[in-house]
Amino acid sequence: MDLSRDQLLYMYRMMLTIRRFEEQAIEFFTQGRIRGSMHLYIGEEAVAVGVCSALRLEDYITSTHRGHGHCLAKGARLDYTMAELLGKATGYCKGKGGSMHIADLDTGNLGANGIVAAGVPIATGAALAAQYRGTDQVAVAFFGDGATNQGVWHESLNLAAIWKLPIVYVCENNLYAITVPAREALSVTDVAERAKSYNIPGVVVDGNDVLQVYQAARTAVQRAREGQGPTLIECKTYRYEGHYKGDPCVYRSPEEVRQWKETRDPIKNFATFLMEKGGVSPQVLDQIQWEVEAEIAEASRFALDSPEPEEENLYEDVFVSC
Amino acid sequence: MREITYLQAITEALREEMQRDQDVFLMGEDIGLHGGIFGATKGLFQEFGPHRVRNTPISEAGFVGAAIGAAVANTRPVVELMYVDFTMVAMDQIVNQAAKLRYMFGGKARVPLVIRTQQGGGRGNAAQHSQSLEAWFMHVPGIKVVVPATPADAKGLLKTAIRDDNPVLFLEHKLLYGTKGMVPTHDYTVPFGQALVMREGQDVTLVSYSYTLLKALQAAEALANEGVSVEVIDLRTLVPLDLPTVIASAQKTGRVVVCHEGHKRCGAGAELAALVMEEAFDYLDAPVQRVGSLDVPIPYNGNLENKVLPQAEQIIAAVKAIL
Ligand SMILES: Cc1ncc(C[n+]2csc(CCOP(=O)(O)OP(=O)(O)O)c2C)c(N)n1
Ligand SMILES: [Mg+2]
Repeated sequence: MDLSRDQLLYMYRMMLTIRRFEEQAIEFFTQGRIRGSMHLYIGEEAVAVGVCSALRLEDYITSTHRGHGHCLAKGARLDYTMAELLGKATGYCKGKGGSMHIADLDTGNLGANGIVAAGVPIATGAALAAQYRGTDQVAVAFFGDGATNQGVWHESLNLAAIWKLPIVYVCENNLYAITVPAREALSVTDVAERAKSYNIPGVVVDGNDVLQVYQAARTAVQRAREGQGPTLIECKTYRYEGHYKGDPCVYRSPEEVRQWKETRDPIKNFATFLMEKGGVSPQVLDQIQWEVEAEIAEASRFALDSPEPEEENLYEDVFVSC
Repeated sequence: MREITYLQAITEALREEMQRDQDVFLMGEDIGLHGGIFGATKGLFQEFGPHRVRNTPISEAGFVGAAIGAAVANTRPVVELMYVDFTMVAMDQIVNQAAKLRYMFGGKARVPLVIRTQQGGGRGNAAQHSQSLEAWFMHVPGIKVVVPATPADAKGLLKTAIRDDNPVLFLEHKLLYGTKGMVPTHDYTVPFGQALVMREGQDVTLVSYSYTLLKALQAAEALANEGVSVEVIDLRTLVPLDLPTVIASAQKTGRVVVCHEGHKRCGAGAELAALVMEEAFDYLDAPVQRVGSLDVPIPYNGNLENKVLPQAEQIIAAVKAIL
C-alpha cells in the first residue's frame, strides 16, 4: 500500500467526521431544525472516504439523496454544510436546497439529488466535458443499489462505454432501497455483474473496508485518467439508520442490524487496523476524536448562529443574471 | 357515516375496489409489507398478497409503461408514484403512450389505468419533492386529472377512477393525508366533472381544489367577518372540468379568484381565467384574479417556502384587490 501514515489518519478522521456530523444532524432533525427528509450515511462512511481519497479537488462527483458523506469527503466545509441542513443563508445553497440538494461546485460536487439515479447521467456529462476539453479530470457517480434499476443508469453506462468517458460508477449497495431488498428488485446478485452488458470492468469490494474501496477507486480513477474508459465499482455496505426518521424497518431484522454494527463497522475496524498494523497508538485516535468533536461543535454553532435567507432573495438564482 | 382521515379513505377505496374486482391490482415502490411511504396501502399486502400488491424496483418509466400494457391487456392496474415529481421520470409513458393510445388506435384500445400520487409543499421537502404539476397533465388530451380535497371525495373519486376505462391521474396532497372528515360507510362513488359549492356567497367566487381549498375556505371565513360574502367552489376534477358551475357562480358574483398551489404561470388558474372570460365576460365586474405559487422552484428554507406557497392572506388580498 502506498499510503502514508498521514493519509491513513486522514481517512480515519474523515470517516469519524462524517459519523459525528450525521449524529449531530439527527439531533437537529429531532429538534425540528432540519425539515423535510434527511437520509443518513452512518455505516457507509468508508465508501465516500475511500473513493474521494483517490480523487483530486478538481475531479467531479455527483451524489445522492444520502449525500452528506460524499459532500464532506470531497472537501466541503463542515460549517457551510451544516448551515445548509438548517436552511441558513450561509449554507452551500443559501438555504434553498437543504439536505437533499447540497452541492459545492468549488470542490467538484455537482450535487446531491432528490431523484434516484438522476446524478448518474450528470456525472457522465461532467466526464464528457473533461474529455471534450482535454483536461485529465475524472468524474465519479455515487448511487445506491436501487438506482441501478432506473433507465438512465443503464443509458449512462452505455454512453460512457461507447465514448470511453473518464468516469467511475460507484454503487453503494446497502442491501435495500427504502424497504425493498436488493435481492427482490435486481435481476443479479452483484450490481457489478451489470458491467458486462456495457463491456466495462465491474468489481465488487467490501464497502466497509476503506482501504479496499480506496484501492479499487485508485485503479479505476487511473484507468479513467489514462483514457481507458469507465469502471463500475460495487461497494457492499449497510445503512444503520432507518431510511427515514420513524422508519419501522419491517424489511430487516434487528439481529441483522446488530451484526453489521458489531462486526463490520467501518470506523471501528479501521481503528483496530491502525492500532494493530499501522503502529498508531490509541492516544492518537483519541486525540483525533476530540478534535473532530470540537469541529462539529463549532460548525453547529456557526450554523445555529447564521441568519435565515431573506425574502428579497427569493427570485435570485432562478436564472443567471446578466 | 363516520369520521376518518383522507389517507384512510384512500386505503378503503383501494381495498373495496380490489374486493369488488379481481382485475384490480396495485404496483409501486414500497407499497407491499411496509404499506407505502405515506401508508396508503397499509394492510393490503397482508390481505391480498404479493400477486395483487406488487413492490416494484425504482423504475418509474418501466412500471408505469408496464401498467399501461397491462391495462390494455384486460387488467385494471392502480400504480402509486411516491411523489408527483417522479411522474417526470415516466413522462413519455404517461403523455405519449397512456393518454394517446385509444385515440391513435381509432378507439380500439382501452387504458383503464390509475396513477395515484401525492403532491404539494409545506413540509420542507424542497424543489424536487414539493411540486404541484396538475397543469402539465391538463394540457394533454386523453388523461383525466383528479384533485380531491376531502376524505369523502378522496374515497368516492378514487372508486370512480378505478372503474373508469381511461387513464386517470389521481393527485393527492401530502398535507391532506392527516385531515379528517365524514365518510359514508356504504359503497358510493363521486362522479367526475361535478364541482361542489362548498360555501355560498354573493360578492366574489373563489375557485379552488386540493389542499388550497382549505385555505380558500379560511380566507372566505375571514372575509365574512369583514362583511364580504364569498362563494367557494371545489372543482374536484380538472379534467373533466365542471365549467357550468363556475360560470353560474361568476354570473352571480361578477368576481372570480382562482386559487391553487401550482405555479401561477400557466397554472390551472390561467385556463380557468380564460374560460370565465370567454363564457361570462359580460357578467364580470373585475378581471379574474389568480393566486398560485410564486414562479420559483420550491425552496427548502421554511420562511421562503411559506412565501412561495399560496396562503390565505394572498387569497384575501386578491379578493380585496377586485372588490
Ligand atoms: C425517481 C425516484 N423514485 C423514487 C424516489 C424515492 N426514493 C428516495 S430514496 C429511494 C431508495 C433509493 O435506494 P438506493 O438507490 O438503494 O439508495 P439508498 O437509499 O439505499 O442509499 C427511493 C425509492 C426518488 N427519490 N426518486
Ligand atoms: Mg440501497
